[in-house]
Amino acid sequence: MSERASRFGPSAGTRVEDAALLCGRGQFADDLGCKPGTLHAAILRSSHAHARLRGVDVSAAERAVGVRAVLTADDVTRWSRPLLAALRVPVLQPVLAKDAVHYVGEPLAVVLAENRYLAEDALEAIRVEYEPLPPVLDIAQALTLDGPRAHADLAQNIVSDRSYCYGDPDAALAAASHRVRLQIAYPRNTATPLECGVVVAEHFPDGNGGHGAYEVMSNFTGPMSLHAVMAMALQVPESHLRLRFPRDVGGSFGTKQSLFSAIVLLCLAARKAGAPVKWVEDRREHMTAATSATARRSHIEAAVQDDGRIAALSFDQIDDVGAYLRAPEPATFYRMHGCLTGAYAIQHLRVRNRVVLTNKTPTGLVRGFGGPQVYFALERLVQRIAVQLGLDPLDVYRRNFIAKDAFPYRAAAGALIDSGDYAATLAVALQAADITALRDRQRQARSEGRLYGIGFAAVVEPSISNMGYVTAALTAEQRAHAGPKQGALAAATVQIDPLGGITVGIDSMPAGQGHRTVCAQRVAAVFGLAPGDIVVNSELDTQKDAWSIAAGNYSCRFAGAVAGAVQIAAQRLRDRVAQHCADLLGCAPQDVVFAAGSLHARGQPEHILPLARVLSGPHWAPALSTEAGPPPLRETVFFTPETLHAPSSDDRVNASATYGFVFDLCALEIDRTTGRVYIDRYVTAHDAGRLLHPALADGQVRGGFAQALGAALSEELRYDGQGRFASQTLSDYLLPTCLDVPAPIIVHTQTPSPFTPLGAKGIGEGNSMSTPVCIANAVADALSSLPQSEHCQDLRLPLTPATVLALVAGGQGQAATGTVAVQTGKIR
Amino acid sequence: MKRWKQSELVPVQVELNGVQRRGLCEPRVLLSDFLRDTLGATGTHVGCETGECGACTIRVDGVAQRSCLTLAVQADGRCIETVEGLAQADGSLCELQHALRERFALQCGFCIPGILMTCAEMLKRRPLPEDEQIPGLLAGHLCRCTGYTDLLAAVRHTVAEVRRREAAHPASAPSVGVHDA
Ligand code: FES
Ligand code: FES
Repeated sequence: MSERASRFGPSAGTRVEDAALLCGRGQFADDLGCKPGTLHAAILRSSHAHARLRGVDVSAAERAVGVRAVLTADDVTRWSRPLLAALRVPVLQPVLAKDAVHYVGEPLAVVLAENRYLAEDALEAIRVEYEPLPPVLDIAQALTLDGPRAHADLAQNIVSDRSYCYGDPDAALAAASHRVRLQIAYPRNTATPLECGVVVAEHFPDGNGGHGAYEVMSNFTGPMSLHAVMAMALQVPESHLRLRFPRDVGGSFGTKQSLFSAIVLLCLAARKAGAPVKWVEDRREHMTAATSATARRSHIEAAVQDDGRIAALSFDQIDDVGAYLRAPEPATFYRMHGCLTGAYAIQHLRVRNRVVLTNKTPTGLVRGFGGPQVYFALERLVQRIAVQLGLDPLDVYRRNFIAKDAFPYRAAAGALIDSGDYAATLAVALQAADITALRDRQRQARSEGRLYGIGFAAVVEPSISNMGYVTAALTAEQRAHAGPKQGALAAATVQIDPLGGITVGIDSMPAGQGHRTVCAQRVAAVFGLAPGDIVVNSELDTQKDAWSIAAGNYSCRFAGAVAGAVQIAAQRLRDRVAQHCADLLGCAPQDVVFAAGSLHARGQPEHILPLARVLSGPHWAPALSTEAGPPPLRETVFFTPETLHAPSSDDRVNASATYGFVFDLCALEIDRTTGRVYIDRYVTAHDAGRLLHPALADGQVRGGFAQALGAALSEELRYDGQGRFASQTLSDYLLPTCLDVPAPIIVHTQTPSPFTPLGAKGIGEGNSMSTPVCIANAVADALSSLPQSEHCQDLRLPLTPATVLALVAGGQGQAATGTVAVQTGKIR
Repeated sequence: MKRWKQSELVPVQVELNGVQRRGLCEPRVLLSDFLRDTLGATGTHVGCETGECGACTIRVDGVAQRSCLTLAVQADGRCIETVEGLAQADGSLCELQHALRERFALQCGFCIPGILMTCAEMLKRRPLPEDEQIPGLLAGHLCRCTGYTDLLAAVRHTVAEVRRREAAHPASAPSVGVHDA
């Protein structure tokens, strides 16, 4: 119950997670003990971007001190199949490279030894003979007809090319009084959780009727649709791949999705060694080979009226997904597909999406997934429209926003945008920023010759992903053939123990967001208890818990879907308890009141029954309670939003259940001698529907903002001209420290979602989408006071001091010699 | 200088949060691994093993340092303090831990043990750091979840409280916001 009395006990609303985390009693994956005899794995990885393998000789490693086994590509071929992809593609990813390597960091062999030190020693004894092949290093090169191929036998590097048309964009573009165009590039970057990946795997030869079964503990955070991919790769039924998840995870931000291929690899390693094996990813492996956001190039064009109204949009987008189309890619495109028109009422839309392979690490989930790439194009374009037409950008926003009374609003490509009042949220942001004062400050700064800019960004933030959205990459015929995929199940269980205690199970696989706290609060409120009375367990076990393919920690599905499922489960169980005890209280079931740890009939608070006694009753005397249905001991709920349909035959897709709104404002100054960007004020206004726990919501905003600041100003996964990876350490890949991150001003509006049980929407990814482009727009505005500002509007992230200096030089009409090459971060 | 063979198992004895602990390890084993794997003190976390993230910070003879950049054998005979030793004797949170919880200053908590140990050292400095010095003292720690704002607020609050108390009762024994092992 309550914590022992002390001077520093918790206040109401504080997190149930924190006491253990603050005392070093967290249970992270690497903190959990292993069985005696567990071996430790070290993975040999390719040092080449693209090369034929002439030979991988592991014989010396097998004889090395403490080594028990070495897993090779032959074992992998014998015992598994390559990882299935979301589309039919000419190359599938094997978990160990066999005949050729296709990116730096691709696994080649796994050494299993008595400890990690010995395993790493033995890696050095493996001899690999490479025959280097020309690598494909960027999108432009990937598109050339006669250039290299990312895999030697590919006819072309493009593995998906689909075009879409909604309304009549061609007519709108032809009739437009203005056409505004922009080309953008979005770099490879990642979210870099502080805890790396961990996999502990064991093979049970007797399982699965003698065909073998696997058990895994890992901080893999879903989506659990990938469980099917893992089971198929291992050639076992899903029921024979048991996956368990630890209590604590040191951040994921999507990236731990990428662990699924390591899980398959370590399962095979355990089979080879005949012992449990443990692998702890090190930082260099994580940076090099775990995952990345897709790099993108887009051409975007708008048909614009004189008043700034946008009549049509055209996107031509190309994603670099790395060396393999790893599931769930090309989801980076299709998560955002339905809402490509952003916060704007634009009914004519044309889209072409191409996916190319390159000789870089495969891409995957990174906070904001798809949003940063789309909004970097769309919101830069809105800024350009204002500049080109001589309008106040705020007027362009106001004239194009989806109107308040138009919700739920069906966007051109199919998103059903549930709720919002965008103009009101914008107004709240301007007020918090004191925009008049900021514009005065800008005038003053400019009159002194300083580079001061104000930028904006408006973002629709999707959450709760439709499991069928990636099938929008298929044609309607292909979809019809494959059968419909849709929905986003969230599972929750509430159960009662024999002394009347309540335990809740959830499928959200939290990685620091405080899910257990929110669930405890919801269930406590339903039963009239204190949050400290409720135990919430998030350690998903695929053989024992309720879950579906949608389980996991991604697309901000918690607040809208999982907390909603918990609420429904708790209410159902409470109602069943009320049914059972209504007679005892002499009232109707709906008049049973749950309050302060007891029950009474409405209007009769003097006659109470102790709640724990009533709840526990069916354990001890189930026969007494069978009249009103089965004993109320456990309730499991699967909730899916009703609005998530499969993509339609005309390619419209509602890719998410809810759509929040973010309006950001950034005022900054560029130091023209150093190129450093100083943020003077940053306001971020959010409408995430009903906020379940405002302090935790603000924490998501602050953390997302800090990550996005890094993406805007310092972070990039870099490769040199040979495809060698140049961002292996945290000295090369520069994360913001507390000296770099200003405190954003956070304001909220709340228009509840009509489609989720609690009216809540996600809030954790909005700033990943809004902040990089908002900062870029502010930089563009700052540079616009330079004499030749038309020469410095091609902004590429990250806006490092060297990059910004080069832009300033360009705007001053000087050749920007040499400066761009001197990027921050050492190249090794 | 003492020499060992690589494969030799060396006895290492430390005082860990006030308790004498011992274990055997190869001379190349990192102190972070020795604490976690041999002594079971898994509160100290490893985020990079190259000195960049700060998660593995502990105190050795009172001085905050990276346990991933220290060999276990170097710690032989030393007094080590880790996050497990910060709570009060009755198990309740110390003032600094409490301040972090009250301000929702942590999310995943993976960075927190290292940050707490740097703060524990900071709180014992006299004079106490000025408000504007605190970010500089914490800049060696990476946190990927929180954006630092609430963390800094909690640390500043605790420093200010200690300063206030000491000004009010200059004669009393220093009360430093963290439990002393
Ligand atoms: S683990 Fe020691 S500094 Fe990162
Ligand atoms: S709380 Fe997660 S890294 Fe700091």
